[in-house]
Amino acid sequence: MLPDLTAGVALLALTAYVVLGGADFGAGFWDLTAGGAKRGAPVRAMIKRAMSPVWEANHVWLIFLLVVLWTGFPEAFGSITSTLAIPLFVAALGIVLRGGAFALKGEAATIAEARALGATFALASVIVPFFLGAAAGAIAAGEVPVGNASGDEWSSWTQSTSILVGALAVAAGAHLAAVFLGADSRRAGETELVHAFRARALGSGVVAGALAIAGLLVVRSDVPDLYDDLTSGAGLACVLASGAAGLVTLWLEWRERFELARYTAAAAVGAIVAGWAVAQEPYLLPPELTVHEAAAPDATLVALLVATGLGLLILIPALTWLFRLALSGRLVYEDKPRP
Amino acid sequence: MIDGVLGGPVDQDYLQQARQMQAMSFAVHIPLVCFGIAFPAMVLFLEGLWLRTGDPLYRALAKRWSKAMLILFAVGVVTGTILSFEMGLLWPEFMATFADVFGLAFLIEGYSFFIEAIFIAIYVYGWERLSPRTHMAAGVPIVLAGITGSLMVISVNGWMNQPTGFSIRNGEVVDVKPLAALFNDNLWHELVHMYLAGFIVAGFLVAGVYAFGWLRGRRDRHHRIGLVVALSVAALATPAQLLVGDWAARTVAERQPVKLAAFEGLEETTKGAPFSLPGGIEISKLLSLLAFHDPNATVTGLDSVPEDDRPPTGIVKLSFRLMVFIGSALAALGAWFVWLWWRRGRLPRSVWFYRALVAAGPAALVALIAGWVTTEVGRQPWVVYHVMRTESAVTGASGVPVGFAVLALVYAGLATVAFVMLRRLSRPPLEVGP
Repeated sequence: MLPDLTAGVALLALTAYVVLGGADFGAGFWDLTAGGAKRGAPVRAMIKRAMSPVWEANHVWLIFLLVVLWTGFPEAFGSITSTLAIPLFVAALGIVLRGGAFALKGEAATIAEARALGATFALASVIVPFFLGAAAGAIAAGEVPVGNASGDEWSSWTQSTSILVGALAVAAGAHLAAVFLGADSRRAGETELVHAFRARALGSGVVAGALAIAGLLVVRSDVPDLYDDLTSGAGLACVLASGAAGLVTLWLEWRERFELARYTAAAAVGAIVAGWAVAQEPYLLPPELTVHEAAAPDATLVALLVATGLGLLILIPALTWLFRLALSGRLVYEDKPRP
Repeated sequence: MIDGVLGGPVDQDYLQQARQMQAMSFAVHIPLVCFGIAFPAMVLFLEGLWLRTGDPLYRALAKRWSKAMLILFAVGVVTGTILSFEMGLLWPEFMATFADVFGLAFLIEGYSFFIEAIFIAIYVYGWERLSPRTHMAAGVPIVLAGITGSLMVISVNGWMNQPTGFSIRNGEVVDVKPLAALFNDNLWHELVHMYLAGFIVAGFLVAGVYAFGWLRGRRDRHHRIGLVVALSVAALATPAQLLVGDWAARTVAERQPVKLAAFEGLEETTKGAPFSLPGGIEISKLLSLLAFHDPNATVTGLDSVPEDDRPPTGIVKLSFRLMVFIGSALAALGAWFVWLWWRRGRLPRSVWFYRALVAAGPAALVALIAGWVTTEVGRQPWVVYHVMRTESAVTGASGVPVGFAVLALVYAGLATVAFVMLRRLSRPPLEVGP
């Protein structure tokens, strides 16, 4: 019971990070592909405006996830971080470059500076989700044994499941970002941007859906156990829910109902994460270490769950306030005081 | 002694590099922690002055500082993330074996980090569209989360130096008591020591920026206020730090005598131990007096443990001295300012004061890092004091030197760009509204 609850907390943090943090990385993808300095300027300005007040809070979900994993499942944490040191280190470097460049590019004085920082931000925004996705794919594919760097440091995460999950993470983030930014643009009354992001949301939604289906096919040949669990019972329910939510998102985007699309897009991506978790169950590190075997002693889990519960009582109202202020356009830095 | 749950020590040719990589990552992050601790309180103080006096200059200055605060926070977010990753990437056996004992602290730290991230955004982006009182109130959680966040990280460090809240049976960690680990006895003096260090480092660095402007002839009211606020913070914290440092040293003397011996390089256990100053001068019985407040107390020497269990003495001794020397010099500099300000109500006129102030910020940084080197290298060869050796904790993965080199390059780039951008931020004249 306690281990399952703790795993549930980890899953919650992971889902929040994939949806909220993922959308921030996706925004970087659209920054990267926005075109030349002049043509891409409105898209980039919208991204900056939408992301600035929230990206740090969104990023903390990753830290939270790491902490829950190492406190609740220390043995699994040590095994994961040692075998998957390469993709995780690359992702961490990407996080430094992405965050650093994003925070500093506002002060750029010349076009060359802005371009260099902008390119760093955008490129790193693609690298991070890819490598984190590849690491997740390695766990799902059963490539992480218990032990200090016991798995293969390269082949564990360069197999096809990892590559596909990495690509899916990039595409899903891009899709979420396009949907969110479309809704933000509508709120800001930027009609041209609304259409630009709508087209991107539709395109990236189709790509993400295709990658998800391709992923299932790869898993079928490479990780049959996982495939069986994804195509039956609760796993199947998640897969179907994700597909349905994805289709509804495309329909909502088509009908220009952008605010609702935010939630269905998040549900589509969240259902993939949940599906992975359900399909792996009872394993944390398939095929040998179960959630129960990996769990910390009860005293730790009780402390962790109580602290998590109390913390959420503070966190949820605070986050709600932040998102409400941000969405209502009240969080914009202006250098000159308003008259 | 314990080897760990992942299978015990592995072959790792680059343990030194792993330690240095970790040390570099801390050295980059810790100055930003200082700003996380002190800057919000300083900005709120200015905003409070604005609310009380209605003088728009205070608001303009608070707003500019808050923007620098946001940039420093963002850089702190990402360098802190590197630390979180490195816990596992470099020390998986440490984490696998003990994270269930001390992890609770990091969970609370995680929440503190959330609160900081949320309210810093609301505060910095909310200057124009929130009511003044709401805006000021939004700043308070940043200060509080800065305290709880550092409290929790310090708790883990205190625990590594004095591990409690578990037992070892047959080489396994059992009877885990997370709360006992969280509230270990090292927590309080380490916390106060670091918290004051935050105010000293941030205060002197910010004051140094204005002292630099002062030397260049920028002596308007804006520069004067910036200088006085930042310097007051640092000048008040520094003398207090000397007392806390004494408290910390006595605690180390009592609980980690071998570490204290390394501070002074004391080879043999000595009654009435002397303290040596640079240049070969020895003051008799001073070490005993400092460590136990008793000139005839017996101070344990390095020879009390086998050679394998001793920390590297040279660097610990050097860092300890550097910290104490710089700390004392900063206290003197602060006292100069406080005395003049209090007795005569004015700033020092000597150009040397401002030159010293420009140097004080970087010097405070050096003292901060030297202090951490003292305690962390002084803990060696243990990662968990007297329980797990650092060599048992390290990763079995290859490529540590490559990672170290790449991270060093990335950090060099980040530091350069951040410095240039912050400097640029301080340049234009303040836009003072009505």
